[in-house]
Amino acid sequence: MALIKNPFDHDLTPADAPLVHVQLDGQWVEVPRGLNVIEVARRFGKLIPHYCYHPKLSIAGNCRMCLFEMGTPKLGPDRKPILDAEGRPVLQWMPRPQIACATTAFEGIGIRTNSPLVESCQEGVLEFLLLNHPLDCPICDQAGECKLQEYAFDYGKGRSRFGEEKVKKPKRVDIGPRILLDDERCILCTRCIRFARELAGEDCLGITERGGYNRLSVYPDKRFTSNYSLNTADICPVGALTTKDFRFRMRVWFLKETESICVDCATGCNVTVGSREGIVYRLTPRVNEAVNSHWMCDQGRLGFHPIHSKHRVLEPGRRADGRLFPGEWPLLLRQVAEALRKLDPSSLALLVSARMTNEELFLVRQLRDLLQGDGEIFTEVVPRKGKADGLLRSDDLNPNSRGARILGIGTDGERLPELRKGIEEGKIRALFCLHEDAAGAGVPEALLSGLVLLVWQGILADRSSEIAHWVLPGASFAEKNGTMVNRAGRLQRIQQAIPTPGRAKEDIRILRGLILALGGEDFGQSGPEVFAKMAARIPAFQGLSWVGVGNQGVTLPGEVQ
Amino acid sequence: MAESGALTDRLREHRLILRYADEPGYSQDIDCYLRHGGYEQLRKALSMDPAAIVAEVKASGLRGRGGAGFPTGTKWGFIDHTKNRKPVYLLCNADESEPGTFKDRQIIYKDPHQLLEGMIIASYANRAHLAYIYIRGEMVRGAQILERALAEARAKNFLGTNILGSGYDLDIFVFRGAGAYICGEETGLIESLEGKRAYPRIKPPYFPAALGLYLCPTIVNNVETLCNVKHIVEMGGAAFAKIGTPNNTGTRIWCVSGDVRRPGYYEYDCGAITLGELLYDVCGGIRDGNRLKAVIPGGSSAKVLRAGEIYRVQRKKPDGSAEEIEMRLEDLPLDFDTIAASGSMSGSGGVIVMDHTRDMVECLSNLSAFYAHESCGQCTPCREGALWMHKILRRMVGGGARPEDPQLLLDVSGQIAGRTICAFGEACSWPVESFVAKFREEFEAKATAAQESESLSRAC
Repeated sequence: MALIKNPFDHDLTPADAPLVHVQLDGQWVEVPRGLNVIEVARRFGKLIPHYCYHPKLSIAGNCRMCLFEMGTPKLGPDRKPILDAEGRPVLQWMPRPQIACATTAFEGIGIRTNSPLVESCQEGVLEFLLLNHPLDCPICDQAGECKLQEYAFDYGKGRSRFGEEKVKKPKRVDIGPRILLDDERCILCTRCIRFARELAGEDCLGITERGGYNRLSVYPDKRFTSNYSLNTADICPVGALTTKDFRFRMRVWFLKETESICVDCATGCNVTVGSREGIVYRLTPRVNEAVNSHWMCDQGRLGFHPIHSKHRVLEPGRRADGRLFPGEWPLLLRQVAEALRKLDPSSLALLVSARMTNEELFLVRQLRDLLQGDGEIFTEVVPRKGKADGLLRSDDLNPNSRGARILGIGTDGERLPELRKGIEEGKIRALFCLHEDAAGAGVPEALLSGLVLLVWQGILADRSSEIAHWVLPGASFAEKNGTMVNRAGRLQRIQQAIPTPGRAKEDIRILRGLILALGGEDFGQSGPEVFAKMAARIPAFQGLSWVGVGNQGVTLPGEVQ
Repeated sequence: MAESGALTDRLREHRLILRYADEPGYSQDIDCYLRHGGYEQLRKALSMDPAAIVAEVKASGLRGRGGAGFPTGTKWGFIDHTKNRKPVYLLCNADESEPGTFKDRQIIYKDPHQLLEGMIIASYANRAHLAYIYIRGEMVRGAQILERALAEARAKNFLGTNILGSGYDLDIFVFRGAGAYICGEETGLIESLEGKRAYPRIKPPYFPAALGLYLCPTIVNNVETLCNVKHIVEMGGAAFAKIGTPNNTGTRIWCVSGDVRRPGYYEYDCGAITLGELLYDVCGGIRDGNRLKAVIPGGSSAKVLRAGEIYRVQRKKPDGSAEEIEMRLEDLPLDFDTIAASGSMSGSGGVIVMDHTRDMVECLSNLSAFYAHESCGQCTPCREGALWMHKILRRMVGGGARPEDPQLLLDVSGQIAGRTICAFGEACSWPVESFVAKFREEFEAKATAAQESESLSRAC
């Protein structure tokens, strides 16, 4: 089950639903009783086109695109189905087409998805939908992933017989802080209305006016402020709802799509990263029925922007006399390794981020083991707490707290206060910050500047990087491969969408460089390689493979709550 | 009103529902109604078993008077009271909005207690304890009259708790619509009553008898239908079934409008008179000595019938066998089945008459303006198609007709009918389909005229 409760799950059937026999385009097949006809066809590789139907929302039945021809078993005088030579019921076909979204499978139902009647219905509906549509595809963000375009191509007439004046409706309507509405493009499928009402729990959209002048509107004096508002842009089959963030930024067909996960909280919503030439343009939710179903929150969706921030650290360097001097990676890594080796292990602390991948954390652990000898190196992660919203957002804003726990790197920051105390007492005199700002984690800058060694690895400049002795620019979630464990104990992959910018380096390579310089073992220089080595050593990941984790992740047996 | 003196006995009205409506001195007061035997049938009904009343209604063969002509007893039989654990609602559809129809208004304005008595009996028969009268928003006075009548009935314990000591509780409320034709569609009415936009529901699954008002079993009946219930209780189902012809029982109120000398409402037994007799004898013929051109027999949604048409109609002979006979338009008996066999429908009983001076393109343009305005816009074919057809027709009337327009109108109407959520799809496409098919030459003439005037203006 997904971590969010959908109001409906039309595409999932209960395991105990009995199988019934269904004739689909002449073939008899078996499907669970009660499955709707769109999903029946989908299971056998047939598409019944539709606009208003969404498997997770209530059935509206208004677009009329999914009309199909329905047959029922012909009954004999004894009120029993008449059987043909093969023992199958003889069907009689209803003269009126039915909507597939609201028709569910029963024993002996006949389904025709491509008969002349069905084709005429599809052609008719498309002609109607295009009558008053502005046909502004060249400037529409939806172009390329627009169901109106696709179906017009697949089922449409090719030309319009409409010679009248089109209905004028409002454009660029600001219905919420992150979303814009173009009423002329809207085909009034009401998916967004149902989403707002049934899923986001913010009933604020509706239809106003009447008949051909119908239009989508936001309630008077209301705005669509939900943290899930941008999902409506995803489920909008046309370009009526667009996100202010992505609007006019990039044609979608230029986007490279990478399957990854959102790292904005511990839920780990599955996403598709849309990028082009080293720049991420958008995240869109990717279906995973064990995590986020079809959805993600706006905050997570827009959370990728810092990776292109002007505060991104792009040059590795060493600070001397208060100034940072850029250096070559091999040299800098040798210097850092040397400085770490010289330390008394008990005087070193590692401040690690639970936003790092399991592979990186595993290498941090190897580095720690390599350095600490008989002593103990203090290691802890920085906690981030937010508010769970009962939908997808977790109260834990670190995406991999469970991974950090499994790998023995930190325990949600429980020991963090000891870090400041240790520095104050002079027990800790050296600090390695990995994707965390020690100043932000409660160690005053004055204390930090008194350290004999401060190494900083991360992506965005912060108070620690300003005073660190060595600055090692790492990679953002879009620039690396790895795995994380979400709040439900599910191991999921993040995948590299773009290269690291400037001279920044994937964290696995930085850590590998340090380990090798300290004479440690080579665990490989890519996520999959390190994962394989990690799976062999960490019991929680026993028996797992990079490929096996797949794009949907796997639940770790020992981690299910 | 028909001048009965001038008519033969056969053509004299047989008023059942409107029996007292136009009697001098008859008023809406409950006292007046009681003096005329009012609420006696309620007493009788309350002494009967509800199932027995349903059985009588079934036996009466009563068909719904709202337009579809669905058998009322069958509709009532859909609710299985042995299994049902939800409250049952009875709704009176008084959203009379079909152009050409004005019968329910007469009942409500002139004899409101007859409706209430019918409703209370119907509610009792269907085990409903709450009923609503959904009245068209524009009928402000009607709503006031009903409110007053309800208060009177409550005061006399025909409504409220323990009605007339029978132990049966019922209350009825008036709900005013806000002026939309679609609110007369029964599931649209239910949505509207629930406080929502009157978008008709998809069927399946939302059949009112199963998932109606607040998703509870609900019976929706027309005003005239509910009034008939009172008379069925009075005379018994079998006696009621003798009025009219088999499968077309009871009386019907025909609302005649348009180009006749005496438009108005006339109540006759089903099938007792012909369309010709209604127009020429009862209504005094076509106005100004004009010739009949076309008749819409059952409200504006019904298909138009053209003067001079011959219909092949299946008829049952007294011995039970069927025969096919040819009938002229004027010979069609006014019932449900024969008018349906002629390719149209008796619908709500709104007979709209057009004489030879009428421009059929203009008539249709006028009708299509109504449907374009009244489409609720929920589903694609009707929302887009109704407005498109109206735009084409408006252009044709305005002198911009094109040769392809008649065929285009037929194509568009064909793309709507049978593919929409509710029957509005048929309501808006049937007039277009029938007008263009039966008067195609007039539509084509518009295109020719437009071309000629264009070439003239080019020549000048």
